Amino acid sequence: MSRLLTLENVHTHIGQYHILQGVSLTAEEGEVTVLLGRNGAGKTTTLRTIMGLNPATSGTIHYGGQDITKLPTFSIANGGIGYVPEDQAVFTTLTVEENLKVAMRKEDEAAMARQDYVLTLFPDLKKFWKKEGGHLSGGQKQMLAMARAFVNDNRLMLIDEPSKGLAPIVIESVMEAIREMKKQTTIILVEQNFSMAAGVGDTYTLIDDGETVQSGRMEDLVRDEELKRTYLGIA
Amino acid sequence: MISKLQGKNFWLIVIAAVLAAFPLFSDSRTMTILLTQIFIFSILAMSYDILLGYTGIVSFGHAMFFGVGAYTTAVILDRMEPTLGMFLLSIAAGMLIAGIISFIAGLLTLRLKSHFYAMFTMALAGLFLVAAEKWRAVTNGNDGFTFRAPEFFQDRTMFYLTALGCLIVVYLLLSRFVASPMGRVLIAVRENEQRTASLGYKTLHYKVTASVVAGIFASLAGSLYSVSLRFVNTSVMTMDITLDALLMTIIGGVGTLIGPILGATVIEFAQHYLSGLARDYPIFERWIIFFGIVYILAVVFFPQGIVGWFRQVRAKRSGKRAAALKAKQPVLKAKAEENG
Repeated sequence: MSRLLTLENVHTHIGQYHILQGVSLTAEEGEVTVLLGRNGAGKTTTLRTIMGLNPATSGTIHYGGQDITKLPTFSIANGGIGYVPEDQAVFTTLTVEENLKVAMRKEDEAAMARQDYVLTLFPDLKKFWKKEGGHLSGGQKQMLAMARAFVNDNRLMLIDEPSKGLAPIVIESVMEAIREMKKQTTIILVEQNFSMAAGVGDTYTLIDDGETVQSGRMEDLVRDEELKRTYLGIA
Repeated sequence: MISKLQGKNFWLIVIAAVLAAFPLFSDSRTMTILLTQIFIFSILAMSYDILLGYTGIVSFGHAMFFGVGAYTTAVILDRMEPTLGMFLLSIAAGMLIAGIISFIAGLLTLRLKSHFYAMFTMALAGLFLVAAEKWRAVTNGNDGFTFRAPEFFQDRTMFYLTALGCLIVVYLLLSRFVASPMGRVLIAVRENEQRTASLGYKTLHYKVTASVVAGIFASLAGSLYSVSLRFVNTSVMTMDITLDALLMTIIGGVGTLIGPILGATVIEFAQHYLSGLARDYPIFERWIIFFGIVYILAVVFFPQGIVGWFRQVRAKRSGKRAAALKAKQPVLKAKAEENG
């Protein structure tokens, strides 16, 4: 197993606010790393900083041995990092088909085969193929957002709160899809729902007030009641 | 959205055929001129729609490209022999110059937030306007100059058909453009630029391309406009032209291409008839005020424009039909069971 992504003491400012104040984490190839922490801890900003959407002001980010700290977002994405933002972010005036097509970097045979595979993960999308993204339900939008990132052969996927605002039955199918994705790619997952996170995560990184406070194997965190109580408010 | 373009093609062909045949059954010179103006401003409004409707870029300097086309054609036809070949050459030259200007303006400003582009284009358009006023040797300043159009256009009908042909060709080209993978990316940029970048697109390239396409077709509209008047002055570069393009696009429906054509039609007809009423009703001498009120009401009550409003009505009707069908289903099922 090799290290795919490393963040070392990353600081990020948004406007005048110092959001990330020393985030360090690693993601091993083929594993799911879960970012945990309370609301406003800096989990989403960490993902956005990796993508270059909120560039790091100091610290380093290495991906596949390459320093990507100062690269623009499109270069990072073209390097094989897929991003699923929170809030079921789809293109609302494009149809499901167009949403997937716009996400494909190439429309070759391999990409079409991948699209077919993605549709086996999210079969509902086929039913709404010609429907505009804005007319989908929350769960369908979330599936489309994930399918859009997965339609390319990305080495790393950043998934931000996929269960947010979804009905329990939908959450289960989203998590099932993540388990399936895990077989093919490395994932960094932000998830508030601890039992869901524990169900798919191999490792975790705990962030509090913009700082990494603890990292380790997920099974150790599941057993550590004190840590969960202190940083996640789970009794 | 893009797939919906296919179904309406039949009606567009019918409308185009009726418009092409119009000179055969009407000899109204006023109507021919009015329709020609509508075709020209439709091209301008569609070019603006590529920026505003498809890419989400607000430009306050679109008149600059219109003016570049108008002056390039006017100067070439004035200085050279006014042949059809020269007319085509002048159009190509205007499009080339507008393309270069929009490329440079886009490259300089589109990496910044959209309001910088709006401000920059307004400043640049102001600069071109001043240049047109001061460069009297070429433009004759505010007074402008008249020039001879190619003999082919001495018959108004020929120019009418040429303008209609240009409108059809531009519409088809832009329809292909917005339905292409490039068009999909532009729509994605309009919706969320960061999200598009995170899919691996260098969004600046796409925005600059949209800016160049819009500039080129605005220049074509300007060239046709100056030939339609056989005259050009600095009014072709004023803010009024940009505002007209903006309002035609908004009133017709942004991001639709057909919308700007409808917007241009409504506004040109309204301008024509409201100003005509001034002969009988002096209050209409201030028709522009009524026009302002119409604009405000349109934006408040039809924010999605005419096309958007039609689509809403159609969606509501089909929704009601589906609901009614659903409600009837148990009854139909029971009847079917009764009938064995």
